[in-house]
Formats: sequence, structure tokens, C-alpha cells
Amino acid sequence: MKAITTMRAVTALAGSGIAAASLAGSPANAQERAIAFTDATILTMAGETIEDGTLVIEDGRIVAVGSDVAVPADAERRSMEGRVIMPGIVDTHSHIGQVSGADSSGPIQPEVRALDSINALSSNIAKARAGGVTVANVMPGSGHLMSGQTYYMKLRNGKTAEDIAFEYKDGVALGGMKMANGTNSMRGNGGFPGTRAKSAALVRETFVEAQSYCDGDKKKRDLAKEALCEVLSGERLVHFHTHRADDIMTVLRLKREFGFDVLIQHGTETYKVADKLAEAGIPVSNITLDAPGGKLETMDLRLDNAGILERAGVLVSIHSDDPIVDSRMMLREAAMAVRGGMSRDGALKALTINGAKQMRLDERVGSLEPGKDADFLILSGDPFSVYTHVLETWVEGAKLFDRSREEDLVMATGGYGAGSPLEASHHHWEIAAGEAGQ
Amino acid sequence: MNMMTRLFAGVAALGFAVSAHAQDIVVMGEQVHTMAGPMIANGVVVIDDGTIVAVGPAASTPVPEGFRVIEAKVVTPGLVDARTVVGLAGYLNQAQDQDQLDESAPVQPQLRAIDAYNPQEVLVEWLRGFGITTIHTGHGPGALVSGQTMVAKTAGLTADDAVIRGEAMVAANLGPWALTDGSKSPGTRAKQIALLRKALLAAQAEDEDSEDKKGKSKTPSLETRVMRAVLAGERPLLVTAHRSQDIMSALRLKEEFGIDLVLDGASEAYLLTDAIREAGVNVILHPPMMRQYGELENASFTTGAVLREAGIPFAYQSGYEGYVPKTRVVLWEAAIAAANGLDWNEALSAITIDAARIVGVEDRVGSLEVGKDGDVALFDGDPFEYTSHAVGVVIDGEVVSDTPQ
Repeated sequence: MKAITTMRAVTALAGSGIAAASLAGSPANAQERAIAFTDATILTMAGETIEDGTLVIEDGRIVAVGSDVAVPADAERRSMEGRVIMPGIVDTHSHIGQVSGADSSGPIQPEVRALDSINALSSNIAKARAGGVTVANVMPGSGHLMSGQTYYMKLRNGKTAEDIAFEYKDGVALGGMKMANGTNSMRGNGGFPGTRAKSAALVRETFVEAQSYCDGDKKKRDLAKEALCEVLSGERLVHFHTHRADDIMTVLRLKREFGFDVLIQHGTETYKVADKLAEAGIPVSNITLDAPGGKLETMDLRLDNAGILERAGVLVSIHSDDPIVDSRMMLREAAMAVRGGMSRDGALKALTINGAKQMRLDERVGSLEPGKDADFLILSGDPFSVYTHVLETWVEGAKLFDRSREEDLVMATGGYGAGSPLEASHHHWEIAAGEAGQ
Repeated sequence: MNMMTRLFAGVAALGFAVSAHAQDIVVMGEQVHTMAGPMIANGVVVIDDGTIVAVGPAASTPVPEGFRVIEAKVVTPGLVDARTVVGLAGYLNQAQDQDQLDESAPVQPQLRAIDAYNPQEVLVEWLRGFGITTIHTGHGPGALVSGQTMVAKTAGLTADDAVIRGEAMVAANLGPWALTDGSKSPGTRAKQIALLRKALLAAQAEDEDSEDKKGKSKTPSLETRVMRAVLAGERPLLVTAHRSQDIMSALRLKEEFGIDLVLDGASEAYLLTDAIREAGVNVILHPPMMRQYGELENASFTTGAVLREAGIPFAYQSGYEGYVPKTRVVLWEAAIAAANGLDWNEALSAITIDAARIVGVEDRVGSLEVGKDGDVALFDGDPFEYTSHAVGVVIDGEVVSDTPQ
């Protein structure tokens, strides 16, 4: 069927946002007066669940969390009346923000940066926030062996890629390197590989050449090789799109030969080689879909994959691959992993701290601990119940999604205008202006 | 043994189990949702030779000797998926297993679903495992008139075994998915309607007994015969339309030709509730989790609740997917509606009795009533909860799945 391919869906969203109002929602604009959220069930992801607990935030950070914490005298108090608080979701694989990467001129383009394509006003960022996502690894696609540098997004209110970068310094945004093997990148023309062995050979050749550049004086700047040096030194994590067990083992071979740090992305057949991954200490960023197939490499997809990895001792996260799974369905995806045998605690960690650890962002996000960013969700109930809704999403101490606001609700449920980046940016600038005075 | 190992052992075994004979079975449930009256606490459903012979409270319903007893917390009718392409569209998504769309001509009502349906398709088995026992499947969107649909059970060795209504509806599609991108028509929305009107008028003009110039009686083409059935109101025209202007075009067609129209997809139906209700049209609503991009950029999880409020009959469907996942599961789609304003019972109705009515098989399936087919789904909790499992599936009195999934 030609009708509903992903690419067409993604292209259809393209549109221009507007720039208006002042920048809001960045840490500088976070609340200055402390807020204490009391009477909550708190899933900290750093210990036992706290019943009847209190979370205190100030200046965009968590200052206290527990069942018996001192609330500053001047703090605003909000009773949660038993509602659930959990860390913001860390999505280890997403394509929100109208991201793009390498073009069709060649299979290996490490110099291309996702940073340079992000539209911070895209409505799918607001939708992701409505689903509880506060951090996302936003990546180019998988149609290349190496499709470019990924971009770690913090889902603040912002109008530029710089505003919503997890970290942006000296013209550089934090991110990894997207690689892929298997069929997506096997185009068989224009310099692209036609076989799996050729795919591996091209990648090996690239790394061998990079090694001599990195060991040299680097006097002549080479953007591609500079990025590869960061990969080879372990500084830049490789996000490796791979499905089939044999392709996963190829990733392990490449890692052994060149020593880069790698996170397996998708890993449809990781259940077949779970022990090998555990032994090698390779983490997995997994996707769970509602049915197998749709492409040859996902024909053996199983709902119990994440649970098998968990029991094998693999550090596993769950991702959306938005638009493959809508960002708003991430709690559901984790619940489906529970349906397939994953522990509830493991599935919650797979949405939060595990992804943060995999991307080495866990000093700041992924759990509710003093000193960490005040990125959290208020849920109406059990995170794994279909009837539970995300009521509020807070990023760095700012409430950026509130289900009780009509203009936010449309981002959570969809509806007329929800798909329009222009509409979304209007709404969100109005909200931003309101929040800034909070 | 972990749950999914059992799941897959179960799936492997199904291939053999499905062709076995109907058994005499008693299904017991802490909650039995018959969809033909209030929920029965501690109820039983007695199935004799593939047909339901008794439904009622366990305390007052006699259970025959020697019947196999299966039980679960929650028992519902076998679920009905009101629109899918599964069985014509295979899970591999390669050219050789995609038979839901032929693009050689824009109007091909003569293509029958039964001539392409593969009852052994992996996705049929996949849906069956989650309690879906009846599917309305066939030609998909992507052409102005892509072909016919049929209603089948998700069991049976052959398409002829599986089918319960061979010629159900004629599938049409308005809007961008059915536009050509080259020099061929239709290249615009207006041209789509012009072509459809032309096809219907042509069928209207040709009389069965018409004679050609030499006085010989003309044999109507297959296309003409199908279009006549549509004109006669014998076969509904199932029009996939998402945007409000496409929905209105479909309503105009109904008014002009007096056809029986069923709206498919209809993601902007919430804007047009008065017009749809006044036209007396049934809606097979898009899966709530279908991606809210492109044609569906204005889709909402709450449309089911809005249609119910407006009194418009509707059912849920798994739809049509071009990539991963290759199908959705209608149970999980209704669950999203139940979490977004649609009453629990109404959500279950939309994948049981209401779906059966809209696809014209309510005399056979969709509720647990005496005389209907012995199709039952068993769950270990609220069927809509993500973490509940389908623990048993019965089709025509035969247990086709008994492993949690």
C-alpha cells in the first residue's frame, strides 16, 4: 500500500513555525519560590516507592524527596491527594522536531548534525510533552550506515534548537552518532552497500581511515573525521539501528574491533542473543510494537523481548521511534512490556533512569533525587493502567503541560489544529508567557 | 515457563487445533458481558455443537454432563474487527503478500476479497490470539474503488471455510491516498467524485435486458453488476474519507444515488455530527492510535465519545498499515477510546455487537445469545487494561487459543 508510509506522514507535518514572545521555560525562567508536592505516591527510580511522600523543587532542581522531608516555610504547597509522581520519560530514540540528517549522496555522513535541522516549534514536541517525555534522543533516520550526529533534546519551551538542546556549548549540542545495518541502509546504488558484508566493510574502512587521522596532527580540519574521532575515543555514543540477531552480532564485532561505545537501537531479535549482550555489557534501547512484520527484519518481533533482556541482565530502555510509536504512548509501551513479562519496576526504569544511564545523562535526569533537574510527571493513577492520564509535565521546574488547560488537552488527545505546527506554537507561546510569571 | 514462551508454543499449536471439530463447551466467567443485556456475575455460556444453547447465571443455568469447562475472570463475545486488510495484506510487507490493492485502474469493484484472502496469514493468527474471532477484511484504501470486502472468522483452513459473508461492501477512497501522482486520473478530489458519479450513472443506465445495436442481449460486465448492487442498496459503499470535505462528498453521493453508505476512517467526523446523523450513516471509525499525521493530523482519541454522544452508530477497526506494525489490534484501539471519554460498555459494543451490526453479521456473532455462533473471548482481567491477557479464545465452539497473550 502506498497510502500511509511513515515518510509521507513525516513530510506532511512539515511547516513553518512562528517566532513570537520571549524565550521562556529555560532554567533561567524556572520557578524561584520552592514548591512542595505533598501526599503523593512517588516513584523515584532511586529506591523504594514512597507512599504519602513529598517532592520539593526550587530553581528548576529537586531539593528534597521523601516521606518525611522538611518543607521550606515560604514554599507553595500542592497536595497531590494520592496521585502518582514519577520522573519525566527519557526517550532514547525519537524523530520529533522535524529532524533530518544525511541526504542520499552517500552511505556515510558523520559530519551531518541533527542540530541543524530541528524545528523547536513543531507540534510533535508539545505532543511528546503531553505524553510525559522530557528528554529525547532525536535522531536522523536509518537509511544510511552512518546518517549523522544525534541531538539530545530537553523538552523545554523554546523557539530554537539551541533553546531545547539538553546541553549546548560553543556551537555544539550534546548527542551521539546514528548508525544502521541491515536492510534499511542497503540501497545497492549511489555508493550504498548491496549486501550485509559490504555494509560492514564500508564501516570498517571508514573507521580505519579515521584512526590514522585521529592519531595524526589533525591540522587539516575534516568534519567527518572529527566526529569519528569522538566516536573512537568513546566520547560520542553510537546509536546503532539493528534488528536481526546476525546484524546485532555484527555490531558487537565492530565494537570489539574499534572500541566505540554503543547502544543497540530497536534490537527486535535481541531476545535471541540476550546472553551475548549481557556478557558484553551492551545496553539495548528497545521498541515494542502491536504486531510483527511490516518489514522482513521485524517478522520475529515478540512482546516479551524487553522482559527477556531484563532477566538476562541487560540494561534496557524503551523508546518510541516517534512517529512509529506516538510519543504519547510511551507509558503504554512500557505497560505492554509488562504484559509480556517484564517487571513493573524494570519497565518504569526502562522509561526513565535506564535511558538516562545509557546516554550518560543520569547525573541530571532519569530519577527523582536531590540535585537533579526538576523533570517530573503527575499521573492520575497507576502508570501502567490504560485509564491513567498524564496530568502535568514539569521540565526544570516549569509546568509545561497541564491537562486541565484546554490548549494543552488538544496536544494530549489530538483534535482540530493539533497537527499544525503554527497552531501549536501559538498555543505554546501563550502558555510560555503565562508560565514565566509563575 | 515464561508467559511468552507459552504464547509462542500456543501459536504454533493453533495451526493444528483450528481445523479440529467443534466441541461441547461451557464457558464460565466471574463477569460475563453478553452485550445483549446487563453483565452477568458468575455466568455461564453453554455451547453445543458450535452454537450457543444457554446463557445465564451459573446458579440457575443447567450445565450438561460431559461438557468441557473453561473459565476466566472476564468473558466477552468473540471480538469483531469492523475493518482491516489482514489476510489480503501479509505481515512480510513484500510485493508477493500484499493483495489489498491493485493500482492498474482507479475503479475496480469487481475484485473480490475471497479471491485473495489467506486464512493462514500470520497476522490472522496474531489477531485471533487476542480474542478477535471475526474480521471484516478486504481491499484497502489507495484507489478510488479498490474492490470488495468480506466478513470471515479468524479460523478455518481455507477462505471458503472462514467466510461468513462473501460480498460485504465495496471499498472506495476519497482524498489524497487515492489520487494518482502522474498523468492518469483521478488527479484531484473533484475528479474522484466525477469518476465515481460516472461509474454509478453508467451502471444505472445499463439495463439487465438491454440490447446492443444488433438486437442481441448484452451481458453486463462484472464491474456493472457490482455497481448495480450498490445502486440497489444491496451492498454498501464503504468510503474511506478523513477530511471533512471528503466526508461531505461521500454524503452528497449517498443523497444523489440513494446508496447505502458506510463511512470508513472519518477522523474529522466530530466536526460533522449533525450531517452524518441526519444522513443516517454508520461509521467505522479509524483506530484511535492511527498516526495523527497527514490525512489524520486532526484526528482525536475522543472521536468515539463524540459520535456516541451524537447518537451516530459506529464501530472500531484495526485499519490499514503500510509499515510497522503491519496491523493494529482492535481490542487495544477500543481501549484507548475507553480511556478517552467513551463509556466502557460502549467501547466494548464498538468491537462486538455494534461492529457485527454495521458489517451485517449480527445474526451470527457480536453477542452471547442463544442461537448465535459459539464465539467467546476470555480474559484474566479488564480486557482493555494493557497488562491483562487474553487467556482463551473459542470459535464455533472450538478452543483455538488457551495460552495467555
